[in-house]
Amino acid sequence: MTNQQPFKIVIASGKGGTGKTTLSTNLAAYIAEQEKVVLVDLDVEEPNSGLFFEGKLIHEEDNLKMIPEWDESLCTLCGLCQKVCNFHAIMQLGPSILVFPELCHSCYACSELCPVDALPMIPKVIGKLRDYQVDKLHFVESRLNIGEEQAVASIAKTKKYAASKYDKVRIALFDSPPGTSCPVIEATKDADFVILITEPTPFGLHDLKLAVETMRTLNKAFGVVINRYGIGNDDVLHYCEAENIPVLARIPNNRKIAELYSAGKLIYPEFPEIRESLGHILDYCLSTAERSPA
Amino acid sequence: MKEIVIISGKGGTGKTSITAAFAVLGGADVVVADCDVDAADMHLLMQPDFGNEEDFYSGELAYIDQSNCTRCGLCQQVCRFDAISVIDGKYSIAPIDCEGCGYCARICPTKTIINKKLLAGKWYISNIKTGSLMVHARLEIGADNSGKLVAKVKDEAKGIAIEERKEYILVDGSPGVGCPVVSSLSGANFVVLVTEPSVSGLHDLKRVHQLVKKFNIRSGCIINKADVNPEKCSEIKHFLKEEGIAHLGDLPYNEDFTKAMTQGQTIVEFEQGVLTGLLKESWEKTKVLTNLNKSEK
Repeated sequence: MTNQQPFKIVIASGKGGTGKTTLSTNLAAYIAEQEKVVLVDLDVEEPNSGLFFEGKLIHEEDNLKMIPEWDESLCTLCGLCQKVCNFHAIMQLGPSILVFPELCHSCYACSELCPVDALPMIPKVIGKLRDYQVDKLHFVESRLNIGEEQAVASIAKTKKYAASKYDKVRIALFDSPPGTSCPVIEATKDADFVILITEPTPFGLHDLKLAVETMRTLNKAFGVVINRYGIGNDDVLHYCEAENIPVLARIPNNRKIAELYSAGKLIYPEFPEIRESLGHILDYCLSTAERSPA
Repeated sequence: MKEIVIISGKGGTGKTSITAAFAVLGGADVVVADCDVDAADMHLLMQPDFGNEEDFYSGELAYIDQSNCTRCGLCQQVCRFDAISVIDGKYSIAPIDCEGCGYCARICPTKTIINKKLLAGKWYISNIKTGSLMVHARLEIGADNSGKLVAKVKDEAKGIAIEERKEYILVDGSPGVGCPVVSSLSGANFVVLVTEPSVSGLHDLKRVHQLVKKFNIRSGCIINKADVNPEKCSEIKHFLKEEGIAHLGDLPYNEDFTKAMTQGQTIVEFEQGVLTGLLKESWEKTKVLTNLNKSEK
């Protein structure tokens, strides 16, 4: 174990509300009983993991995005900026240039190709990153300001912060946003292992299939955790069997669990079998590292 | 024609189950638009016939034609997304990292980088079991531009509603507050917020409500699984009152929602009891408030 990077486990799901945050927070707290661990909430649109810990704020910074700012005094109204922007974030309207910051992807093309340097890039605050600590548990979250549309830049920035600040931990956990589109790719693309959490219902199965397809496209090692097991039917289980996907744990459908979650409480301290499941999940994830050394 | 958008901030609160129930209650008057394009589930309850299928192209991906590449490295220098690397002496672009800005292609001295149009998904117009039509879509794995596909689905639904003189468009939105949600909200007449009484439910409701406020659209809220945490539930009701959000109803925690789903049914088809009664009430309130909104403007 020389010069080891943290083992990165991302908790993701196709469907929302299947238990990503429940699993992330409980797994993080479970690991933190023994060793220092970092949990990073990458669901920057709706970050929830922090609701389950009362941590001490140890660091706070703005999440910035670079956008062009029009310098009227230099501009010759040549129209090139509008032409080179693939995202329609710049428009020439009569004698002025309008910038739409929400649409800008910070590619710098307009700024650097402008013949008279009339579009310097300036930082715009799009959200906030916060870093908390509860004993051995370190918790990093970013929240996107309301009205900002692009989660990806914030996710990338948050990962970068966590990677440089917590390079010495053995395990880093990441709570992904739901879905299968670009924010999920950004959250999972450098994972060592992805846990897909689902529920045994037709919606759960349908969205799990999309998530599995996504992970296969990204060539990721992954496994499935079935939450609310006992509700619905066995189709998810059969699907995983047929596709040779390991089922790492089944969290029972239990109203008491829903109640604890609703109150912002951790679950495993009250359920010995879930503590055991967390152990299994963790062992499995880490064992994949030994099987396929990077 | 009025547009009703159903969103929740948090996923898994029952948004799609409730939208589907409303679609059945509204019957032939309602065109359904499933705008949760990256995890679209509505079709599992609506029996669509996928009658009309179209490709959706959006965005571009840069591709290096190796034959003319002089290995000048300019493309790698200008790429802000670290998408270009040298593999076995050849410059190559990782599709997963390419943002499609086209900067590299524009400055390539030998014009050896080309932008390929990206197939971002498919969209469908289907006949559904309510006797009406549904517009739905499927985003390609990992595609961005989900906001644009949402806009496309909504536009098509709008066109159909106008042409067929339907009264309502019912839009099932995605979780979160980002680009697909913003896209689903534009042009809406009324927003139904679906939440659950949990710390996460309330937290996410507050964030998505801030977004709705920016659009200046009137909204109402359904509290699903209301009895799971009575304390949080009253906290939510307090929040609704303070913010002037109409309370459209409470639904109890009930596994019949799941049982109905496993049979491909909405809850209003599956049971004729309490839940259906409550949903009918919420739907009636939603219609009244949606129409009120217009006359006030």
